[in-house]
Amino acid sequence: MADTAALTYLDHAASTPMRAGAIEAMTPFFAEQYANASGAHRFARQSRKAVDESRDRVAAVLGCQPNEVVFTGCGTESDNMAVFGAVHAHGGRPVCSAAEHHAVLHPVEQLDGIVVGVDAAGAIDIDALRTALVAASDVSIVSVMAVNNEVGTVTDLEEVAAVVRRHAPNALLHTDAVQAACWLDLRTLTPHVDLLSLSAHKFGGPKGVGVLAEIGGPRIAPLIVGGGQERDRRSGTHNTGGIVAAAVALEETDAERSTEGVRLRELSNRLVKGLQAQLSDVIETVPVERKVAGSAHVCIAGVESESLLFLLDQANVCASAASACASGAMDPSHVLAAMGVDRDVALGSLRLSLGHTTTAADVDRAIDVIVPAVEQLRTAATQRTAQRR
Amino acid sequence: MKVLCAMSGGVDSSVAAHLLQGAGHDVVGVTMKLWGGATDTGCCSVSDVDDARRVAQQLDIDHLVFNFGDDFDRGVVGPYVDAHVAGQTPNPCIECNRTVKFARLAERADALGFDAVATGHHAQVGRTADGRYTLLRGADPAKDQSYVVHMLDQARLARTLFPVGSMAKSQVRSIAADLDLRTAAKPDSQDVCFITSTGGRTAFLGDRIEMRPGRVVDTAGDEVGTVPAVEMVTVGQRKGLGLPGGGPKRYVLDVDVARAKVIVGDDADLMRSTEQVRDLTWIDEPVDGTVRVQASAHGATHLAELSIVDRTAGEITWLNPQRRIAPGQSVVFYDDADRGVLGGGRVAH
Repeated sequence: MADTAALTYLDHAASTPMRAGAIEAMTPFFAEQYANASGAHRFARQSRKAVDESRDRVAAVLGCQPNEVVFTGCGTESDNMAVFGAVHAHGGRPVCSAAEHHAVLHPVEQLDGIVVGVDAAGAIDIDALRTALVAASDVSIVSVMAVNNEVGTVTDLEEVAAVVRRHAPNALLHTDAVQAACWLDLRTLTPHVDLLSLSAHKFGGPKGVGVLAEIGGPRIAPLIVGGGQERDRRSGTHNTGGIVAAAVALEETDAERSTEGVRLRELSNRLVKGLQAQLSDVIETVPVERKVAGSAHVCIAGVESESLLFLLDQANVCASAASACASGAMDPSHVLAAMGVDRDVALGSLRLSLGHTTTAADVDRAIDVIVPAVEQLRTAATQRTAQRR
Repeated sequence: MKVLCAMSGGVDSSVAAHLLQGAGHDVVGVTMKLWGGATDTGCCSVSDVDDARRVAQQLDIDHLVFNFGDDFDRGVVGPYVDAHVAGQTPNPCIECNRTVKFARLAERADALGFDAVATGHHAQVGRTADGRYTLLRGADPAKDQSYVVHMLDQARLARTLFPVGSMAKSQVRSIAADLDLRTAAKPDSQDVCFITSTGGRTAFLGDRIEMRPGRVVDTAGDEVGTVPAVEMVTVGQRKGLGLPGGGPKRYVLDVDVARAKVIVGDDADLMRSTEQVRDLTWIDEPVDGTVRVQASAHGATHLAELSIVDRTAGEITWLNPQRRIAPGQSVVFYDDADRGVLGGGRVAH
């Protein structure tokens, strides 16, 4: 195992360390309280109580009713359920933005849906959305992410909702809020949408737990059918411990959100400004005022992400570039391409994402590692060009 | 040394990484993601990456995946398609070594501070008494791959390692089995990695270029058959020419893609005393005079007189006439002992 004490972890958008309170809350459900929450005995009823209490706690943070909360196996499942479930139930076509996570984009593409362009910051182009909805009469679901997973851009869902309700009144509106939980008050999102996805491991909860909130009740087909758990919305034995931990993590995240937002905004600014002070041609991909506090996505001219990530990895700094494909290779980012970022510029993309465990020392250490790594790669590139002449 | 070992997910590169480790090097494994399309035999399918990663885990070395898809398209797939359009016979594995493995990957390794790049090729790097690098055939004659890495030069050889080149393949497999590596019994890759066994070359090219039917004519110019796609015909080919059975064996002598014409003749018509060669590269300084010439990955060598016009072009004159080599095919020059590579290039049209 890696010595985590020696790691500088700036990849919170990929996954976050679990909160101590969440680990503590889930532990009894493995060894002692192991009963199936759907069972018919008192031992099972204790598990069921834990699931139902967790549902109440999640609903309180979302500002919705407990019976609108469906626990799933991950964020991707929640996104898939929204898109496939809407089309299975209502037919028609799905619509999403070109910068969506693949968990939304691939289902929409599979269903021959409409992919709408984004602006230079990665938020859906609202005029293009309007045009698409006016032109198509059979849209059954529109899916627009609350916060982009690569570059951190926040979408104004109120504005999106106004366009959807006016031009596609029969369509459901879904938001992938997987990257939003740490940064946005989820109560401000739920009034605008019909469906909302979360993933517990993005906010200090465990992997393997997702949420799909169905605001206003079930209007889509389930994706996984079987034993009828989750009121027939999502079959499969409850991951009791995971659900309990997810609720604890979400509550803690919600309670700390405003102070953490201020603290981490300062740190991410310090990180980007620190790099820009020592290196030329470091472009902050999205302006600060349009993105969440923990996102420090930059494009560094004259380096390739894969090379830079290797040098960072050798120095125990964890970061990422674009989303990884099945083989583990870095695919060119579809998000940056949709934003109109030149492929050459996108080649040097670096996603640094901060979270609840990030400290000023992490940020300063990252700067100390990234600067010489970029200089090493730029020098090598210059030498190679000189040799070829 | 810090060594970057290219791991394809096959047994040779798995054992190469292990041998480097045993020799005390600081080893990092890397698998290149080269091809995004359909593949079933190649070195970059997801399951091959899985194999390479698992072997690296078992050996306890770091493993990376580099995406060189754009470079592969530009340096290998594009030229492969263009060669067929021009009626030539390309060797994509050689172009991958030339433009990706020993160029793009090697340059990245240099930039990242590695001292050498290693691969699982069956070839050997030697040193002369005065310190020059040599490229020698692999020790296992049936598995020798010196032909496909002939483009290396002194600067690159100085930073290249072939850890299994001195071994028999059976020995490589037995080491892998002893280490319980999942690649120990994996079959050798045979075909072009980006061409599926189901669709084959025809389907691959058919998706990318417009195939044109061609007339097959004899040396007198009389039409004797037809082919569905002139781009698919190779000099020296004998089957699939739409010729009636019986009669003397007939071979493709020439392919005139522009006029959609294939010229056929008998064995004697195919014999040549010279070939023009271009795009020459050299292991050390350019060489003139008697050399042994190999024109396919595992073909026999034949003696010829090589006269070079400049570093990149020349002519070979066979000691005894040989069948014509398809234009675009790579020819590699070996020394008298048929062991050391001198250089190589491609047959001109």
